[in-house]
Amino acid sequence: MTQLKERLLLSVQKPARYTGGEWGEVQKDPAQVRVRVAFAFPDTYEIGMSNVGMRILYGVMNRMEGVWCERVFTPWGDMEEAMRAHGLPLWTLESQTPVKEFDMIAFSVGYEMAYSNILNMLRLSGVPLRSSERKGLRNMVFAGGVCTFNPEPFADFVDFFSLGEGEEVTVEIVRLYDRAKGEDWSKEQFLREVAKIPGVYVPSFYRHDYNPDGTLKAVVPLVDGVPTVHRKRIVEDLDSAYFPTKMIVPSTEIVHDRGNLELFRGCIRGCRFCQAGFSCRPVRRKSPEVLYRQATELIEYSGNNEITISSLSTSDYRGLKELTEKLLPYCAQHRIQLSVPSLRADNFSRELMDKLQTARKSGLTFAPEAGTQRLRDVINKNLTEEEILHTCELAFSGGWSNVKLYFMLGLPTETDEDVLGIAELVYKVIKLWRECGTNRKRGLRVHVATAYFVPKPHTPFQWEKQITPEEYLRRCKLLKSHLYSKSVEYDYHSPDLSRLEAVFARGDRRLGPVIETAVKKGARLDGWDEYFNKDIWEEAFRECGVDPDFYTVRGYGEEELLPWDAIDVGVTKKFLQLERRRAYAGKITPDCRQGCAGCGANRMLREVECDA
Amino acid sequence: MLRALFEKTGRAVYISHLDLMRLFQRAFQRAGLPLTHGQGFNPRPFVSIALPMSLGMESRCELLEFQLDGVEVPGEEICRRLNDALVEGVRVLEVYEGERKLKYLSLLRCRLTLEYDRGIPEGAEDQIDALFRRERLMVEKKGKNGTVEQDILPMLKQWKLERLNPQELALEALICCQNPALNPMQLEAAIRVYLPGLSPDFTRCCRLEIYDSEQTVFR
Repeated sequence: MTQLKERLLLSVQKPARYTGGEWGEVQKDPAQVRVRVAFAFPDTYEIGMSNVGMRILYGVMNRMEGVWCERVFTPWGDMEEAMRAHGLPLWTLESQTPVKEFDMIAFSVGYEMAYSNILNMLRLSGVPLRSSERKGLRNMVFAGGVCTFNPEPFADFVDFFSLGEGEEVTVEIVRLYDRAKGEDWSKEQFLREVAKIPGVYVPSFYRHDYNPDGTLKAVVPLVDGVPTVHRKRIVEDLDSAYFPTKMIVPSTEIVHDRGNLELFRGCIRGCRFCQAGFSCRPVRRKSPEVLYRQATELIEYSGNNEITISSLSTSDYRGLKELTEKLLPYCAQHRIQLSVPSLRADNFSRELMDKLQTARKSGLTFAPEAGTQRLRDVINKNLTEEEILHTCELAFSGGWSNVKLYFMLGLPTETDEDVLGIAELVYKVIKLWRECGTNRKRGLRVHVATAYFVPKPHTPFQWEKQITPEEYLRRCKLLKSHLYSKSVEYDYHSPDLSRLEAVFARGDRRLGPVIETAVKKGARLDGWDEYFNKDIWEEAFRECGVDPDFYTVRGYGEEELLPWDAIDVGVTKKFLQLERRRAYAGKITPDCRQGCAGCGANRMLREVECDA
Repeated sequence: MLRALFEKTGRAVYISHLDLMRLFQRAFQRAGLPLTHGQGFNPRPFVSIALPMSLGMESRCELLEFQLDGVEVPGEEICRRLNDALVEGVRVLEVYEGERKLKYLSLLRCRLTLEYDRGIPEGAEDQIDALFRRERLMVEKKGKNGTVEQDILPMLKQWKLERLNPQELALEALICCQNPALNPMQLEAAIRVYLPGLSPDFTRCCRLEIYDSEQTVFR
């Protein structure tokens, strides 16, 4: 007879997401394993399996003797309903074991809209949501990823956070757990010990007190000797760091269905709105030799016919020429498509684009982010109008006829003039095509998209107000009324999601009950339009007596104690303040290669120098 | 054209037709067996699966056609190297030079296992047998242009019912699989429509063997 789960698999879309069994999956003998980790990615299989970080940590843990790390993803709505209807708890892919039977449950959190999925996955697993309700060592929940640089909204649910890059600290954590389990420690004892590992933050060891106006008053340690500042971990030497060239190859199509190789970490650019640009510093590079070796191993092991080399700003990789000169012939010989996203519009990049021969002329994408040079200087996005137009000119002459332009609305100091500046830039692009477009028959398509600016922690804009949703929509409409060419397609993001993102991004512990309430009311898969339900969240805020405006349109004072002040990502608060002043003065900060701006992240390095 | 006879069982039954082609393309690459590439902007390695199969079906008789690009490797070695590069549940049984064109592939022997959680209803075999002896048996079929009714009996050549245990009834059938093709699950659909009391709680389906129109095994 066919088991219940197998029957349900045939009633849902894309069942291969739930079965495991892919090439490269790690199987172990449970009898030989002492610690079992369920690595939970709070989004669907297609998204999670495209995440390089998750693949690295999966390999890191499975390399450990006596440890078996298995994967689990957020089920799609149809599967969730089937599971609830039949009382089937969430399971891991490798051994198809219920998550609640695991020693440790690790979450990788890279996007605020995944917050409801974290609690929903615990709920679907039958694991108590609150840390205080989980007694004993079993089901130890820990979390890492960019979002945990402000971990407070999750303080009630997560036993401890692992801050920063996980290659080394994850091993230290799991090893300690192994010992704790062997020696039958209490949860309290384990948490006290794990808190001593640099990069680990145990939220239950601190109490957050608030002022009558709602701002954070103090963070009070509840346990003697615990640190007051938690510095993220980094890997200094990426060449010798573990990188899994034997990666899992999904048996069903995922979002980034190809090999993926990181060129370097950190960014020299310093766009003032960008969280990754600041929180991933200092800059550390991998050598072209190591990358070439890993690329070929990756291709040979996986059988992929496409590989991406990625980073925050690929043109800034010093070894790009050397690497691509070796990699291009290899790819040509083996009929591998090499894709190089995040290129800037410089000369070498243009030559490279020609050589890549991504025969499909898919189009050019620019993210000027702001419509006027003034505002681009404020946000330190050093992409000039001349650069954009020059690149468009070359592209149009070469037969391209598709341009995507991405902007943000609601950036600090933005006026209507800046909004209309977007329309002007768009018209310059159209005019240019009329002058030099060679593929006139196909017609020009300019795709313009605006996003609603979300201030993020650990950026110079971490104190800024978010404009109201009404004001954002007014600016969208203003822009729309000035984009009347048939060649232009304009999309603007709905403000509801970005507003919620802003609340969580700079949230504090009072959001815990809000998330819990929303999830119990059915919030899940918020990053997906078909599931995001604004009303659920509004109700949850009301019931919990939390005003979302406090975290969005209020703005934070520079003298205010911020919920994420105890997290040290390397860049100093003083530097962020300085950058904020420069923003308001309309002064750009040249990229790090033209001179160190003194962000402070290089203090984290002992073995190597900052590669900026 | 080279041909691989393979089976698809276990967890692999959840891999869709398109995904399975991609999976084979990568398996060939991993096995160091270069495939010929198609034409077009992004030339992809070329593989073709003879009879696309619905999700969830098991098979012991799938055919994959391909050509190696510039190398000659004995069939047995291709078979071994592919199996070393394939996932659990997809196993190549034999690799050989295809002699007869795929268009001569005509009949399929398959087995539906009808699962009755509360036991097989009394007289199920006789009722199903009688159903398939009717003159016509119209069953809805979802196609690209909406739903159409078709008589499935001309495509059902032989059948046999066997109780495997008190809860599982096996229906083994010989059906047309090309020009026209009958999806074996249509046999189950007919039971649901005309004998609602015999609607199974779940049905699994397995392809057992393929033949030409003379009922000679097709390779």
